[in-house]
Amino acid sequence: MNRIDLTRFPTINLLLRSRWPQFLIRAITLAGFVFTILAGLFGPVVGSHNFAIIFVWIAWWSALKLFFIPFGGRSWCSICPIPMPGEWMQQRGVFSPTGKGFGLGKRWPKKLRGNWLQAGGFLLIGLFGAVTLTSAKVTAIILFSIIALAFILSLIFERRSFCNYLCPIGGFTGLYAQASPVEVRVKEKQICAEHSEKTCYTACPWGQYPLALKSSADCGLCMECLRVCPSDNIMVNLRPWGSDLGQKAKHNLGDVFLGLVMLASVLVDSAVFLGTWGQLKSAAYEVGSLPWLIFAGVFLIISLGVLPGLYSAAIWGAVRVGSAKTTFRKTLSKYGQVLVPLGLMSWIAFTVSFAFVKFSYVLPVISDPFGWGWNLIGMSGTASIGQSTSWSGWIQILLLVIGLFWSSKVTQQISESKKQALPIVAFSGLFTVSMLWLLIG
Amino acid sequence: MKFQVADSDLINRIKNDWWFFVLLILGLLIIFVPLPQAQAAPIDRHLRIEASMYQFTPGVIKVNKGDKITLDLVAMDVVHGLSLDGYDFELTADPGQTKTAAFIAEKTGVFRFRCSVACGNLHPFMIGKLQVGPNLMFIRAMLLGILAMGAAFWSLRKPFSNLKEVNN
Repeated sequence: MNRIDLTRFPTINLLLRSRWPQFLIRAITLAGFVFTILAGLFGPVVGSHNFAIIFVWIAWWSALKLFFIPFGGRSWCSICPIPMPGEWMQQRGVFSPTGKGFGLGKRWPKKLRGNWLQAGGFLLIGLFGAVTLTSAKVTAIILFSIIALAFILSLIFERRSFCNYLCPIGGFTGLYAQASPVEVRVKEKQICAEHSEKTCYTACPWGQYPLALKSSADCGLCMECLRVCPSDNIMVNLRPWGSDLGQKAKHNLGDVFLGLVMLASVLVDSAVFLGTWGQLKSAAYEVGSLPWLIFAGVFLIISLGVLPGLYSAAIWGAVRVGSAKTTFRKTLSKYGQVLVPLGLMSWIAFTVSFAFVKFSYVLPVISDPFGWGWNLIGMSGTASIGQSTSWSGWIQILLLVIGLFWSSKVTQQISESKKQALPIVAFSGLFTVSMLWLLIG
Repeated sequence: MKFQVADSDLINRIKNDWWFFVLLILGLLIIFVPLPQAQAAPIDRHLRIEASMYQFTPGVIKVNKGDKITLDLVAMDVVHGLSLDGYDFELTADPGQTKTAAFIAEKTGVFRFRCSVACGNLHPFMIGKLQVGPNLMFIRAMLLGILAMGAAFWSLRKPFSNLKEVNN
């Protein structure tokens, strides 16, 4: 078990246990969230000059993929402002619970559990992405709608039901957090088993019981369990990347669907935003028009037909050459983890291709967030067109190749034989070639 | 808890993991070894690129290294620009107008060109490609991908047995 328990370091332990640092960061992100909505509504119409567009879709979205997820798993969820107002109502307190809170506290319907709705939300992001990414008002309205929905749902359902079952970004971070180097686990299982009050489970806004945690997908790293455990039996570990993947990992069809939707989305986003096909860009932008309907149809066919079809064909091949008695459905789920490194590295490569070129837009919009002629940090009007370099191309290649190596290795680890692994590796190879063609072809 | 690798284990590990060094060298060879390519004689090319929201037509241009490119940029609807990555080359054309400039395609590879004048919501994504010579980067990337799959198969042929887990 090659883990480093961060709580053994006194300073880190103090920072994790105290509610203050997290509260302060969340207060800043909430203020930034409100500011972004205002900038989207009242700032410049031109997307590349609007704080909301640049900060959300260039700065934050890139930071999530390049920093938060690869190095911290669901660390963004621990400082996300979206569930804050609802949580204040649920716990009747801004800083910590102060008694019985407001809200009905209903359990989320069983039929709606799993990743299906999050995957659906991500499909919607893809379908309307060209508008969302370029229209500041639409971005602001979506952000407002999300925080309003999270608030309303927190008054009806218990804990972070919105984050657990609806938030598409939660689905995205949860899926790829399995590859991340951070985890919350218990130190001694026996202590938890003998503790009848289960204060950790009661306090967890995600509804997780730390003793039962096998993967980092559902843990939002809020550290509440660490704070309330009377036996100091929680550890926060640094671990090797991809520790949740392997023979012991359990995936379900919802995870597979989410993983495939992510793969389809990164392919389509690469084609729309980085390709040379202007008609495709216009079709993705003109929501409601015939070209958009065709675009939406093709996108859905790729997401729900072509990629799942190819993946299923690969699984069918693996089942045929396997000797163990298993069902197609179980095998379909088991290999779902292969999609995690493949998708994560593809999203990072896409981000490198996209964000590095556009990063010059970030500082000017901070300098003049509303387009009112301000020059707060002396960077107004300094945005350049930006350009990609051969270094950026090589970084993308290495990222995609690492993703292919990683997914091929996971495939092998969970396969009975090389022969059984071959169809899945071929699927990963085909996907990687597609990404390479779109990014550097 | 941490890993400790004893000296004798280190030698064993190098013996066991020789394949890693072979793959590393193969990877470096794929990246750096010059690939043979037919060198066509440089010629003068006169190209017309029409810019409209949000595309360049043609979107992909292929030329040979050393070609002298004279480029007409025609703005079909609003003001558009053309800025070529990797080259110090930029053009701006007013609606209905044509602007012309020339450069020599002296660097090989695939270079994006982008609209350099804000022309609408999708302006940041208005992109074209200039390919000078064969796209060797893509060929090398494909070879690296094949190597990665081979490395994954090879790496799991036997587990690492020389790492000892030591409890603190």
